[in-house]
Amino acid sequence: MSLNVERKRADNYVSLTWELVKRDLRLKYRRSILGYLWSLLNPLLMMTVMVFVFSYMFRFDIENYALYLICGQTMFNFFNEATNKAMYAIIDNGMLIKKIYVPKYIFPISRVISCFVTTSFSLLAIVIVMLVTRVRIHLSILVFWVPLLYLLVFSCGVGMILSALSVKFRDVTHLYGVLTMAWMYATPIFYPIEAVPESVAAIIRLNPLYVFINLFRDLVLYGNVPALSAWAKGLGMAAAMFAVGAFVFSRLQDDFIYYI
Amino acid sequence: MSGIINVDDVSMRFIIEREKTDTIKEYFLKMVQRKLKFSEFYALKGVSFSIEKGEAVALIGANGSGKSTMLKIIAGVMQPTRGSVAVRGTIAPLIELGAGFDNDLTARENIYLNGALLGHNRQEMERNYQKIVDFSELHEFIDVPVRSYSSGMVARLGFSIATQVKADILVVDEILSVGDYSFQQKCHRRMEEMLSAGTTLLFVSHDADQVKKLCKRAIWLDHGLIVQDGPAEAVCDAYLQSMEQKG
Repeated sequence: MSLNVERKRADNYVSLTWELVKRDLRLKYRRSILGYLWSLLNPLLMMTVMVFVFSYMFRFDIENYALYLICGQTMFNFFNEATNKAMYAIIDNGMLIKKIYVPKYIFPISRVISCFVTTSFSLLAIVIVMLVTRVRIHLSILVFWVPLLYLLVFSCGVGMILSALSVKFRDVTHLYGVLTMAWMYATPIFYPIEAVPESVAAIIRLNPLYVFINLFRDLVLYGNVPALSAWAKGLGMAAAMFAVGAFVFSRLQDDFIYYI
Repeated sequence: MSGIINVDDVSMRFIIEREKTDTIKEYFLKMVQRKLKFSEFYALKGVSFSIEKGEAVALIGANGSGKSTMLKIIAGVMQPTRGSVAVRGTIAPLIELGAGFDNDLTARENIYLNGALLGHNRQEMERNYQKIVDFSELHEFIDVPVRSYSSGMVARLGFSIATQVKADILVVDEILSVGDYSFQQKCHRRMEEMLSAGTTLLFVSHDADQVKKLCKRAIWLDHGLIVQDGPAEAVCDAYLQSMEQKG
């Protein structure tokens, strides 16, 4: 690696990341009349459908079901959308990567960040549900953003792995759809963890997405401040996934050029 | 080694899979059956040269001589199999103008995006924005998505962005057939201006006339080896002569 090419100042790459995020945001709702309002409406509409399905057709005994649901759904949807977008980041920018030297990790990371920005609009949907269902608002809600940050870091890690692997093996893109579906059912989004047998629940508790969602629900829905060990577990999982992602990506990135 | 670009004994090997394996299944099947056949191909074989700051150097050679590979290695896009390249300064690549454009964005948005891709931050781009628009002469179309641009307009915008923001090294890959005649003249003048202001130029072309006009020195590559490295006039003439003999 010729170090001097890389010598360009780091803040220029921050600039680039922002430009890429802005591009994604500009293009996301182009040609739609309601535009960013969709980031608010979509989760509300989806939640309404699911509340209907799971209150009348398959019943779970959960207090404040609407809020329970939309918390899990918002976080899972962010993860799903961000990693799927990140997966194509290198493939889509192939033309560019062939011509100009840019640190390539910027592409998956910027896509995850742009999904994070739209998700923050969706948080308004959670506020609306809280107001409509008149749930008690606890002080713990002030740190709701910590589990979201964990999830952001975790998603960056997964995004880096997917974007690097999918360059050489496009199968990954097909396989990942199945994986996310399985992952969704393995995460207590619309059912309570008590609904599954203890042997399965033990496995689910190792599911990082459940760990993040659980932290979030504790803060927003139940007003519990989680134990320090729960915070540490979440942070550890996020950091570990990010490290693995960065490692895989850095090992594979020099070969991208032969496959794009 | 004091040059702004130092290329030291660079070799580039490509491994060509005889049949393309694109899926994991195919890959493993072939691995098990030991059918993964590879052949090697050296695009560059121990190439060394050094370019001083402010020099204008052309890389010439037939198709497949290794020019583009050399350029990609200098741009940092590809890693050489052996040897090393050291570049002291920022590179503005003019390799296929407009490669970094997003068709759905307007020209204005693309200027900032492209500038960021070339490693310039927002403030730098804001300072240079007006100059870029003026040079491209695309004032009326600046808020139109690039998808509705003609290829000439895209090339104008690309050239303007790459040349209006200060860079130490300008890398140009056969592009001077850009736009109409008057814009081509303008591009030439702009490149000469940059040269006299101390920008280093690396120019890749088949066109001996353009090379002689812009460059003092030429490096002739053939099948990954340097045939000649010297004054542009002499090297171009020798190159043309050998082409005629072959033809």
